[in-house]
Amino acid sequence: MSERILMKGNEAVGEAAVRAGCRLYFGYPITPASEIAEYMAYRLPQVGGTFIQAESELAASNMVYGAAAAGKYAMTASSSPGISLMQEALSYMAGAEVPGLFVDAVRGGPGLGDIQAAQSDYFQLTKGGGHGDYHLIVFAPYTIQEVINIMPIAFETAFKYRNPVVIAIDGLIGQMMEAVEFPYFVNPDEVPLPNWALSGKFRHGYKKNVNTSLELDPEKLEAINWRLQAKYHEIEEKEPRYDYVGVEAPETLVVAYGTVARVTMSALKKMLAEGKSIGLFRPITIWPFPGKALAQKAVNAKRIVVLEMSAGQMIEDVKLNVFDPNKEYEFHGHPGGTTFTPSEIEQILRG
Amino acid sequence: MKIVYERPKTLEKVVNHYCPGCHHGILHALIAEVLDEMKLADKTVGVAPVGCAVMAYNYLDIDWIEAPHGRAVAIATGIKLAHPDVLVFTYQGDGDAASIGLAETLYGAIRGVNVTTFMYNNAIYGMTGGQMAPTTLLGMKTTTSPYGRDPKREGYPVKMAETIALQDGTAFAARSALFNPRAITETKNHIKHAFELQMKGEGFTFIEVVGTCPTNWGMTPVEASEFAKNEMVKTYPLGIKKDVKGSETR
Repeated sequence: MSERILMKGNEAVGEAAVRAGCRLYFGYPITPASEIAEYMAYRLPQVGGTFIQAESELAASNMVYGAAAAGKYAMTASSSPGISLMQEALSYMAGAEVPGLFVDAVRGGPGLGDIQAAQSDYFQLTKGGGHGDYHLIVFAPYTIQEVINIMPIAFETAFKYRNPVVIAIDGLIGQMMEAVEFPYFVNPDEVPLPNWALSGKFRHGYKKNVNTSLELDPEKLEAINWRLQAKYHEIEEKEPRYDYVGVEAPETLVVAYGTVARVTMSALKKMLAEGKSIGLFRPITIWPFPGKALAQKAVNAKRIVVLEMSAGQMIEDVKLNVFDPNKEYEFHGHPGGTTFTPSEIEQILRG
Repeated sequence: MKIVYERPKTLEKVVNHYCPGCHHGILHALIAEVLDEMKLADKTVGVAPVGCAVMAYNYLDIDWIEAPHGRAVAIATGIKLAHPDVLVFTYQGDGDAASIGLAETLYGAIRGVNVTTFMYNNAIYGMTGGQMAPTTLLGMKTTTSPYGRDPKREGYPVKMAETIALQDGTAFAARSALFNPRAITETKNHIKHAFELQMKGEGFTFIEVVGTCPTNWGMTPVEASEFAKNEMVKTYPLGIKKDVKGSETR
């Protein structure tokens, strides 16, 4: 089962979801995410699952909402303009505490933008995106293998906290091929149906379940929102994930995630071999942002270099968490769908 | 003594929020009666809309979800696929099902989703205070068509039951009403038939129900019922528009 095979990123997303126990996929075509839908349309019928091509991203995301409210692992995948259309469902799901998995193969924006890899959905994904006070849990893997490793955790985390989860990849991770392995296969029949699932009263003690984000009494809604905030604080305490490569307390701290972090590795390793005081801090969850760990790594840093395929979004969280105006913050970005080259990053890091 | 009628068990014993003379309450009671008669209440999930029926989940003792505005059939699609053995219905207004949710509703029919949709057609947006609906009659004054609905400006009333009936995935599409006992009985027959078809997996079932809105029509309950009977049905003719099986109840 865990032999190494060569696989395209988007197809690996689909296979990982199937092996994580997902049998319901609702999609709408969009570049550069369409291969995920295509793979699921081919793969799900083989394992007794269902693929639906929805009439829009609005419908696809609300089908996920329904299936997840019924207690099942369900997902969709899209790219930035499609994810914008899904903000309605995401806000409702957060309010009504419905889990569900959304994959965003981020592309250049705003508007129709282009179809190349980008990271400019950071604000939309990590700050709420839709209306109201809420957060999505957002993973940002940097290799196809990491996408695969995160997939079962993503579903489990969504159901543990009853909150939508996003896996943010980009066009590059989706389109490239790598040798990967799938070290798990979850039988969906062994995933317990939660007692809150809308599944007919006979399945949960003949007492009706109601799932709603509506509360017209403002004092009650305020109480609900404080309870949700307490949940988000718990997630911020328990769920931040990151990776760090470098010297213990570097003078130069690089912060990058996803594809950019991967491109940074070659320059970083070269400079570490030269004995430079440098390190790469790579958030694996961009919400919850691993701010405490970042602040610790940044204690001795004079220079903090933030690299993003955007015009500068994550840098706000970096500054907010390091919270030291005496440090030198340096931002380098590619906001239009172009990517850093290893030599470009080496040049940046050498200053 | 023989009991000839009793309160449906599935109808919650709570005071509802509907206005006097509004027909939503009758439709709720009919659905509850049918669920009781078919012994399906424990195997049913309802999808409430945004609109006057937004709190329908308080009135029927079944599993419920409250959907985003217009997305009820998409939500129902997800639930039905998660649990194909349960009865799933959406309970929507005309604005929800025929305006903001037109794509979702129509795709329920196009895709032949095995759920039942109720669309309460009272020609107006009730909850938001009487704005023009896609179903507003020509010439009808609302707060957003203050000079009367002019087809040159506001277009024509949408015929949902007929539109749904045109789609190959539709098993049953009908329009009925609630303005007198005969109409109520007919509506109940439609509900029972639609639920039977759904449980047999025949496809999308759609029941448009011509109702009232005395508050926003500016009428008394009796006047509103008469308006539904004498005026609404001219634009919205009652009857079965499509039925793949033929009803056993008629």
